[in-house]
Amino acid sequence: MVYLTRKAEFSASHYYHNPDFTPEENRRIFGKCNNPNGHGHNYTLEVTVKGDVDPRSGFVVDLKQLKEILNREVLDALDHRFLNKEVPEFFTRIPTTENLAIAIWQRLAPKLKTAQLHRVRVYETQDLFVDFYGEV
Amino acid sequence: MKAHLTRRYMFSASHRLHSEAMSAEENHSTYGKCNNPHGHGHNYALEVTVSGPVDEHTGMICNLVDLDNFVDREILERFDHQNLNTLSEFSGEVPTTENLCASIYEIVQEGFRHARLEKVRLEETMMNSFEYAGGAEIWR
Ligand SMILES: [Zn+2]
Repeated sequence: MVYLTRKAEFSASHYYHNPDFTPEENRRIFGKCNNPNGHGHNYTLEVTVKGDVDPRSGFVVDLKQLKEILNREVLDALDHRFLNKEVPEFFTRIPTTENLAIAIWQRLAPKLKTAQLHRVRVYETQDLFVDFYGEV
Repeated sequence: MKAHLTRRYMFSASHRLHSEAMSAEENHSTYGKCNNPHGHGHNYALEVTVSGPVDEHTGMICNLVDLDNFVDREILERFDHQNLNTLSEFSGEVPTTENLCASIYEIVQEGFRHARLEKVRLEETMMNSFEYAGGAEIWR
């Protein structure tokens, strides 16, 4: 089994707000992130896939295909978007780094053919990242 | 759904690696420059990884404010700008980064209640880093 990690960057804005909470609860729980006009981050995404090396190609996964899937399924949908308003997953779920990692996993996992998705890591800043391994 | 969250913190501290159980020669050959009696310092980078189900109402494993407050109070207040050899944690133990990493793990493990601690990672320099997950293997 060999693991391969591909890195990508995207920029997006978001805010944290749960309509079931009172305005006070929203402010207390989400702090500055509750500002309804949103704020942005430069996210770094690391996608790790795993698989056996194909004896003919020497690849775990065709990196060109992986890049295409990543661009189509994730970056085109998220880059330079207001996550709450433009990305369907976040019409109902709060676009935290946790939920972003889960959403990216759910977008990628069904599209990968030869290799298997191992981990999605999303850096919101250099000091904060979330890993999702597909655990329920 | 279960996710893992890692938060990175910085602190600076000094230490001297010296074991009472060893002779002067042995200390010198074991610890080299780190045995200098006056000590020396590092900028440590600490990564704390916690895990748990993502709360459907908040979208979070735990509130980052709770984690930051805990680490500020229990770790950074205790170790930042200190001489590690003078602290009670290291009265019977050499303040290597291995031992510091394990001490930090124990403090977070015992005191932080908002999520499950997975591991602590400590960078002593850009070249050396240490990870500790209690008794558990680190396979991620
Ligand atoms: Zn934000």
